[in-house]
Amino acid sequence: MSFIAQNLACQRANQLIFEDVSFTLSAGEAIWVKGRNGAGKSSLLRICGRLLTPFRGHAEWQGKDIFKDYDGYVGQYHYLGHLDALKHAMTVRENVRFWASFHGTANVAMALEKFELQALADTPTGMLSQGQKKRTNLSRLVASPAKLWILDEPLSALDRHYITLFKERLLRHLDDGGMALFATHQDMELDRVKILDLDETAS
Amino acid sequence: MSRFIQLVGRDIRLAFRQGSAVTLSLSFFVIIVVLFPLGVGPELAVLARIGPGVLWVAALLSCLLTLDRMFQADFEDGSLDLLIIGPLPTEILVLAKVIAHWLTSVLPLIVIAPILGLSLNLPGDGIFALTLALLIGTPTLSLIGAMGAALTVGMRRGGVLLSLLVLPLYIPILIFGVAAVDAAIAQLTVVPHLFLLGGVSLGALVVGPLAAAAGLRLSLS
Repeated sequence: MSFIAQNLACQRANQLIFEDVSFTLSAGEAIWVKGRNGAGKSSLLRICGRLLTPFRGHAEWQGKDIFKDYDGYVGQYHYLGHLDALKHAMTVRENVRFWASFHGTANVAMALEKFELQALADTPTGMLSQGQKKRTNLSRLVASPAKLWILDEPLSALDRHYITLFKERLLRHLDDGGMALFATHQDMELDRVKILDLDETAS
Repeated sequence: MSRFIQLVGRDIRLAFRQGSAVTLSLSFFVIIVVLFPLGVGPELAVLARIGPGVLWVAALLSCLLTLDRMFQADFEDGSLDLLIIGPLPTEILVLAKVIAHWLTSVLPLIVIAPILGLSLNLPGDGIFALTLALLIGTPTLSLIGAMGAALTVGMRRGGVLLSLLVLPLYIPILIFGVAAVDAAIAQLTVVPHLFLLGGVSLGALVVGPLAAAAGLRLSLS
């Protein structure tokens, strides 16, 4: 079980944002992508989530290119971006259930419990605060299992209690042989995490 | 397959909860059709003559009104990203969106069209042919519209550009659709026109999802 990125380069609007980014992610490992604003953290995560094609280089999942031979990769990862992907007219439960069953299996009750959302389960997500929306979005990760979590700013808008809670979930995921690739500006003490600094690789 | 149904179900549920899509296109349709007798005068012969054309043009325009939201809403809240990287092929995704759009924005128009037909003094045969022609022809409106919606997703004020892209492509549907109703009113056979409409619809069923999926990939990259 491994995700390998080799010499990835990203170009946006004719400007090279980063190049020669390589890393290997194996079961039980996490990589924290760091870098100043505009260093290309989100772009790198979008490339790994198949949402953006790299300018150069390639990425492999289990030895297969994720852009050319992606059948084995689809459904093996969760991507959580800046936008919350929640429908405001639907309740927390309905949102989580839709995404989980769209992804594969759905264990909605357990997922809501893991992020302490039971009391909000039947509230339309339009009424939630930013932090509550974030938690709803995070519960998507556990509602249907996937090996790789690609998380862009998973901690923004979360208070200290929920940051700790999220860390526990993340460590549990790694213990179970999962992998994580995340970018955050917040400080998070986490052992077993490799750091990928885009500022160092940037030209 | 269950994912496909879930996606269609979600879109229909959202459309009815938010209410805007259904009521917007429906009331727009009714108002356009009702304006015509006020504009051209209440002579029954004139109304019956222009009735089929008025109803079809009004249906095209009302359909256009909700088209820009087909992918835009999902694009704005990040759902489109998750749908695209999900297990459904993009073409099938487009098809689900098209079906949801047709059911929520176009089907209500077809339901109310016979009543509006009566108010424009269309004879019974004409109303029957109109309903049938709308049922066969309007899926094309959503299918062709999906191509325009996919190309303009992510654009600010893309709705106007969408109209310019899509309306010319609606011309065959308009011609065959009106011809079917005119034939029925003149007591001629309707079937050839319906076949032509069906042919256009089937062609759009093949081309629409492929082109819209390519358009989506282009807009999102």
